[in-house]
This record gives sequence, structure tokens and C-alpha cells, in this order.
Amino acid sequence: MSTLAHIFEAAGMATIVFGSIKEQVESTAPPRALCCDFPLGRPLGEPQNPEFQHRVLESAFQLLEAEEPTIKEYDVSIPDTADEVLACPLPPRHDPDLHPALDEVRGLRPAYDRAIEKYGNRIGMGRTVDLENLEEAIAALIKITEGTPWKEAGIPGFPSRVSQDIRGYYETAALELSENAPKAWAGTRWFFKNTEAGKLLMSARQTMADSGANQPIWFYMAPGDS
Amino acid sequence: MADSDIKAMTAQIPGVDFEETSFTNPVSLNEATVAIVTSAALHHPDDEEFTMLDIGYRVLESSKHDYVLRHWSPNFDPTGFALDINTVFPIDRLQELADQNVIGKVAEQHLSYAGNQFDLSSIQLDSGPSGAQFLKDQGVDVVLLTPV
Repeated sequence: MSTLAHIFEAAGMATIVFGSIKEQVESTAPPRALCCDFPLGRPLGEPQNPEFQHRVLESAFQLLEAEEPTIKEYDVSIPDTADEVLACPLPPRHDPDLHPALDEVRGLRPAYDRAIEKYGNRIGMGRTVDLENLEEAIAALIKITEGTPWKEAGIPGFPSRVSQDIRGYYETAALELSENAPKAWAGTRWFFKNTEAGKLLMSARQTMADSGANQPIWFYMAPGDS
Repeated sequence: MADSDIKAMTAQIPGVDFEETSFTNPVSLNEATVAIVTSAALHHPDDEEFTMLDIGYRVLESSKHDYVLRHWSPNFDPTGFALDINTVFPIDRLQELADQNVIGKVAEQHLSYAGNQFDLSSIQLDSGPSGAQFLKDQGVDVVLLTPV
């Protein structure tokens, strides 16, 4: 962002960077930046809170009054306590003959469809996995955990994109299953820690790492601190 | 899996070192045309997907809201955007400010880049200046840059 700010400013436009990582902003030193200690993925702070977003924008626009390059810290933080997990019911087992992750994926389909109807497909599937081949993707992950080399398991695309699609399916469904709008990262932690598919994905990722797969192939299947 | 850990992991990634900081004195805000440039890899479903090391940009229309977030990094919370696109792309907030005459007007077109780039030289030399010219040709005065 800060690199683009330098370029756009040089072209004759005034720029304001919204920075979530202060050290990165300071490193590139753009002409104007508002550093907001908000969770990554939420540069305006709170979703569905126009008043909050307007206060952030107002503070950002005030930087246009500066007569020289300026980096300012926004005076409200939204800390992530790292322990907030979405309180979200999972569907009961329906078919005990199925792998739990496959059964779970099928059970979440009505919630996913409702969420798509309500919000649109903003973060859900469609990179390499869609509803047509979701179960195929889950089956490939199962095979990996059972010892099939990942290149032979039938994973339908680049592993990190497959992972993002499955995570997107769950985090989209969770919007309809949770009583409250999820706090930042709460849906991600719920997916990776509480759901069968999330645990399967982490297990497949570890299996790929242990088998010597190139680090970028497996690493980006989950957030980097996982 | 914590926001602070992810930020700590990425805080020391070196940025581009600019010898000089360009500085444009803006027109009055209530006369300014304001555009959004995001590095969230947003695009319309009808537009081309961002590839892994895609240094190009996609054009976002003010008139559309059905954008998808297709960043390659898993290191951010996507649910804020899922609930409200203004969390990343504050298009409705800008329109409200234009309606109140706080800003002059909202640009009809905005830009989206994929921020998951390690080599910024191509953006610096190619798609950055190209995107800047695109907005400049529209008469944009002020650019808000939002990450994820």
C-alpha cells in the first residue's frame, strides 16, 4: 500500500494509507498514513458500524491538512485476544458411514446457501473449489492424511487455494449459524480448531510438511502462525 | 492463531526505500474526487482472477457491490468483508460523505491490486504508474489506500 502511495502521490494525487501494521508503514514512509490497530482484514475497523467507519475516515481525511509527510496513530484500538472462538453449532452426524468431515460438509450446506443468499459470495468458494467438487477436495485431503502422496491424492488445484475455498465455505456458513457477527479471527479459529474439515486440513498440511513437500505448497494452507 | 502473531511475523518485511517522499497539496476536500485503491485483491466475478504473483490491477466500479475477495494470503480475517464490504472498500461511506458535501464526489472507478507480492519492482515500474495514470485521467484528487 505504501509503495503505491508514493507512486500515486508522484502522479499528482494526494494519498492516505490505512495501515494495520505500523512497522511496515514506517518502513516505507508514505506521504500520509493513518495507522489503525485493527485486526488484519478489517482496515475500517468494525463491519456493519457506519458511525465507527465514519470516525476512522474523518481522522484519515484530517491528514490532508498536514503540510508535510505525516504518519498518525488512530486513537482507538481493536485488540484481538486470540481466545475468541465463534460460538457456532455444528450439524449432528447424519451418516456414520461417511468420514466426519464429509458428513459435516453436507450438514453445513443449508447454512452456506442461506449465507450466500443474504451476503453474496464474497469470501466463499470459487477459486478452484466450488459446490460441485467440494467433497472431492475433502476426499483428497483424507487421502493425504492416509498416506497418499499429495500430488496423487486428486487435490483439485493449488493446495493453498483449495484450503481457502474450504475455509471460505465454513466461514460463510458460520455467518448464518452464529447468533452474533463474528469477531475478527473467531470464525477462522472455529474452522481450524473446532470443525472436522479444519482439523483434517491441518492434519493434511502437517502430513505434507513431514513428507518433504516444498514449504510454500503446504505452509499457506493455514495462517502462518498455525 | 492470533492477529498480533501474524502482525509480528510480517512487521519486519522490508518495504521499498524511496529516497524522496512525493507530496501533493490536495484541493479542498469538499471539491475533491476521491477514489479507493485496495490491495485486498478484490475483483468482480466477471473479471479475471488474480494469479499468485499477479502485479496487475482490476477496476472496481462504484455502481457495483458484488465483489469477491481473492487474496492469496491466508493471514487475515475475511469475515469482516463478508459481512460488510465497507470494512475494506468503504464505498457507501464515501457516497454518504459526498451526499453531505464533505467530499466533492466519489470516483466512478477504483482500483484493486493483490498485496501478496514479494517483488514490488514490477508494481513500482509498471502497474503502479499505470494505475495512477488511470485514476488521474478520471480527475481523481484524493486516493484512500486500504489493505487487508
